Amino acid sequence: MHTLDNRLKRQNLLDILFRNITRLSAFAVLALLVGIIISLFLGSQLAISAFGWGFLTSSEWNPVTEEFGALVPIAGTIATAAIALLIAVPVSFGIAIFLTELAPQWMRRPLGIAIELLAGIPSIIYGMWGLFIFVPIFAEHVEPWINDHLGQTFLIAPLFSGPNLGIGVMAAGIILAIMIIPFIASVMRDVFDIVPSLLKESAYGLGATTWEVMYQVVLPYTKIGVVGGIMLGLGRALGETMAVTFVIGNAHQLTASLLNPGNSIASALANEFTEAVGDLYTSALIELGLILFFITFIVLSLARFMLYKLGQNEGRSA
Amino acid sequence: MNAEPVTTPKLIVKNLNFYYGADRALKDINLTIPEKMVTAFIGPSGCGKSTLLRTFNRMYQLYPKQRAEGEILLDNQNLLDKRQDLNKLRAKIGMVFQKPTPFPMSIYDNIAFGVKLYENLNSHDMAERVEWALKKAALWNEVKDKLKQSGTGLSGGQQQRLCIARAIAVKPQVLLLDEPTSALDPISTAHIEKLVDELKKDFTIVIVTHNMQQAARVSDFTAYMYLGDLIEFGDTSTVFTNPKRKETEDYITGRFG
Repeated sequence: MHTLDNRLKRQNLLDILFRNITRLSAFAVLALLVGIIISLFLGSQLAISAFGWGFLTSSEWNPVTEEFGALVPIAGTIATAAIALLIAVPVSFGIAIFLTELAPQWMRRPLGIAIELLAGIPSIIYGMWGLFIFVPIFAEHVEPWINDHLGQTFLIAPLFSGPNLGIGVMAAGIILAIMIIPFIASVMRDVFDIVPSLLKESAYGLGATTWEVMYQVVLPYTKIGVVGGIMLGLGRALGETMAVTFVIGNAHQLTASLLNPGNSIASALANEFTEAVGDLYTSALIELGLILFFITFIVLSLARFMLYKLGQNEGRSA
Repeated sequence: MNAEPVTTPKLIVKNLNFYYGADRALKDINLTIPEKMVTAFIGPSGCGKSTLLRTFNRMYQLYPKQRAEGEILLDNQNLLDKRQDLNKLRAKIGMVFQKPTPFPMSIYDNIAFGVKLYENLNSHDMAERVEWALKKAALWNEVKDKLKQSGTGLSGGQQQRLCIARAIAVKPQVLLLDEPTSALDPISTAHIEKLVDELKKDFTIVIVTHNMQQAARVSDFTAYMYLGDLIEFGDTSTVFTNPKRKETEDYITGRFG
């Protein structure tokens, strides 16, 4: 009796210990998050008090006169991420459809693995490849075409006319697209794979084509997973540093043209932290970091909200 | 002394063989499915009854390595002919599956989905078609106030009737039911069986079931299959009360299977 009591007591203790360790781990993440926000906030105090809200709307970035504004890197970050998503989402959807529905069985695994390998390539390699191989080709063959065609089109002309340098916001967006395609495509493939074959057969049984089945049945069925995959890619695109630094041009200038060199927040931080002299300069860079943090936070919240809305429109959806 | 019911052939199966890779799953099947009647396929698991059903709308074509040889005639056209347009074929032959498979969209859109593939109806005509299909499937009264809600929110039995409504909304000639009640409770099953009896006025129905009582209750003709062979085919009362073959008798009396 006595030994059993002891044993139970010991197990009980272990259980309490275990529970607390898991709780600690979970709270540690939260504490870390709060800690990062606080330190970013404190670090940027100097810049915040110097420039106020004007920091967000000013395109000035002059370390000599210590005039700083975040508009150029904010615009660059959003533009590159938007271009990346615009390219990556449809391509990934195509890849996922091909891998789950159309590819012959023997091809599916090797192709899937190849795409996952793409995700494993370090970003610096994408950056180098982008600068030395992609950018020259882009400058010589693609940008002239963009200038001649899209650059002449009414309304969108300002976006697509500019110097044929190769480097610039557009190039950075395309490199980012290549980098996030494997993430989005493999998530999409995984969620398409779990769609019950009976559901697909029901749609095929009504005479739907592969496209109709994928777009009207499989995609709505898997939308939560698909949005999750896109957010994963977007999060990476917003924060990607090395590859973007290589090809974006790092120019603090505000222009409408996507062909011009620009800057993104992550790339500005990477480039300038080492040479930031003076407290205000450093503080401005830290504030940039804070802004990136907020952009990511807002984007993720919007995605959650969107999913919530979608769920509501469906009424009682599973 | 019963007079034989007058029947018109709807689907004529001639020397049908089916292969999963090298496995021969159907062996020289010859069978005539009569129009506007209910024909049931029964037999133990793996006998080929579902396989046979799935040749009628060439569902097997989704999967590599599955192929059918022989002829299945619908209005004197061979369905298995490669030149036969698959989507047009499936407009003529609808299917309902073992489990309810509502699409992740509203009840209304579930019904409209198939119709939109073939017809360009204005919203008024579409609404009428949706109502017609739901009434035919005996679901209208239960869902008429919540057509905008998701089809996945219905109960299992309602979902299955939604799937039947979705299939008949396209106005097919033949309705294939692949164990339509195997995932349902007895009350929902009774609903569906009653519905099948109603629907045969308008459609030719082929039902696969592992439930012999169900076959006896709902069908006019019964085919008993075993290991890919069609053992016996005839009108249901004969097959169940006076089977010609010993194997059929063993199966329906429960001595085997």
